[in-house]
Amino acid sequence: MIHVLAFYLFAILVVSSGALTILSRNPVHSVLWLILAFFNAAGLMILLGAEFIAMLLVIVYVGAVAVLFLFVVMMLDIDFAELRAGFVSYLPFGLLIALVLLAEIVLGIGLWSAGPIELAQRAAPATPDESNIKAIGALLYTRYIFLFEAAGIVLLVAMIGAIVLTHRARGGVKGQNIARQNRRRPQDAVRNINQPAGQGVEL
Amino acid sequence: MTAFFQNLGLPFEGAWFLSTIIGILVIALPLMLAVAMIIYADRKIWAAMALRRGPNVVGPFGLLQSFADGAKVFLQETIIPSAANKALFIIAPIITFTVALLAWAVVPFDVGVVLADINVGLLYILAISSLGVYGIVLAGWASNSKYPFYSAIRASAQMISYEVSIGFILISVVLWAGSFNLTAIVESQKGYYGFLNGNGFNPLLFPMAIMFLISAMAETARAPFDLTEAESELVAGYQTEYSSMAFALYWLGEYANVILMCALNAILFWGGYLPPLDWAPLYMVPGIIWLFAKILFFFFVFSWVKATVPRYRYDQLMRLGWKIFLPTSLFFVFLVSGFLMLTRYGGAQ
Repeated sequence: MIHVLAFYLFAILVVSSGALTILSRNPVHSVLWLILAFFNAAGLMILLGAEFIAMLLVIVYVGAVAVLFLFVVMMLDIDFAELRAGFVSYLPFGLLIALVLLAEIVLGIGLWSAGPIELAQRAAPATPDESNIKAIGALLYTRYIFLFEAAGIVLLVAMIGAIVLTHRARGGVKGQNIARQNRRRPQDAVRNINQPAGQGVEL
Repeated sequence: MTAFFQNLGLPFEGAWFLSTIIGILVIALPLMLAVAMIIYADRKIWAAMALRRGPNVVGPFGLLQSFADGAKVFLQETIIPSAANKALFIIAPIITFTVALLAWAVVPFDVGVVLADINVGLLYILAISSLGVYGIVLAGWASNSKYPFYSAIRASAQMISYEVSIGFILISVVLWAGSFNLTAIVESQKGYYGFLNGNGFNPLLFPMAIMFLISAMAETARAPFDLTEAESELVAGYQTEYSSMAFALYWLGEYANVILMCALNAILFWGGYLPPLDWAPLYMVPGIIWLFAKILFFFFVFSWVKATVPRYRYDQLMRLGWKIFLPTSLFFVFLVSGFLMLTRYGGAQ
């Protein structure tokens, strides 16, 4: 009973906040609706018995990705007139994408009804007494180890690429030299003098 | 407790629901009381270190000061700036406060005394603490004001930076304990060298304990890392436009977070509800008292640091997080896993 209630609650919230993500005028509100959608998707994962995936969804998407989205979107100078200006010219392309997605959903539902898929059994570990994390780890580090490491290398290349693209030597920028600041002692900066009266200070 | 309500004739689901609600109240209400008292303690410690008296007027020794402050802000008018984004402006403090309470669901107070004994407990805490930044960022943006916005940008960068190193520190503890469950992590700390309880006595994990303490200060934006509310630069940071209960919610949430970080410190590195020595008579004292004593000790350390260490510069804060803590914690993850591979898991095959 509580399970069914929770499922419909999460499902309705995912769908409606997903819709509001594209419908809301303000980009910041869009990001916030997206966060709500991520969060409820994590709730659905927990109902499936995949608590590890749910936690990762919250940590990675809500905790890191969406914060960066928000960080960027927050600093936008929002001009609503300009946002709506390109609507007509983008409409055909948007409709095309919508059509492709619709076809995929129809295909998915068709496959779903074609054969029996027990979703809860697929997401949960094969043996019920083994925890989710152990099951994923056992698969990831043995059978899929090369794919896993390849994914790691792709991420590393992407990271280095991003740094190379954005990092450039700029002239006229004053940086902090922390090592020099830490080396600095009072004797280097302070000088005690016995100043005689009536004379100028030597600088 | 679910069994108790089932005996009264309720169906399982109703009994579970009722006992969970009662469990939440049993944790949240004393926590609010603890927050009120710990604000008082913080001010007293700070005053003592500055050779002042601190709050001493309301009640005996000023003990009721926090309640007087609470009543004061409760009676004030809530002012919402006309240029603010109204809905987000109101939601932001609620998020901070709720998130600060949520994480307590998985904290074990004694063997089996925990609201939700889930096997991804530590990941849950990481997930919840990563939500904490939204309360601050939304406040900064929704206020539609210059200084709160600066503060929000600082807060988001700071919290993400320190979350990375906290993640690595947690991984090394999890590797050692072999579990994400907080009760299992506490139990794994029993009997170092036959008489000590606590990962902190392990030379491989002791540096992580220190780094976790410092990262916890940065993550909760406590002094010396309180750049989000640096009053000499940003007025009051993200709280500048807030008044009345909305401001009080930030206040309560912030201190609840600090207590949570102290509790995590105790649970992950200093044996949680176990006594510090693995000696039978000490186990007669209930575990919750040991946990509470450790939380209070770490809170004293937090106040001590707040009273004595000057505020960091922003570039120093970023340097500490990315250039010192991140490589060091990564190195220790490598060291811990290497050590465990050689000793516990049978070495290279």
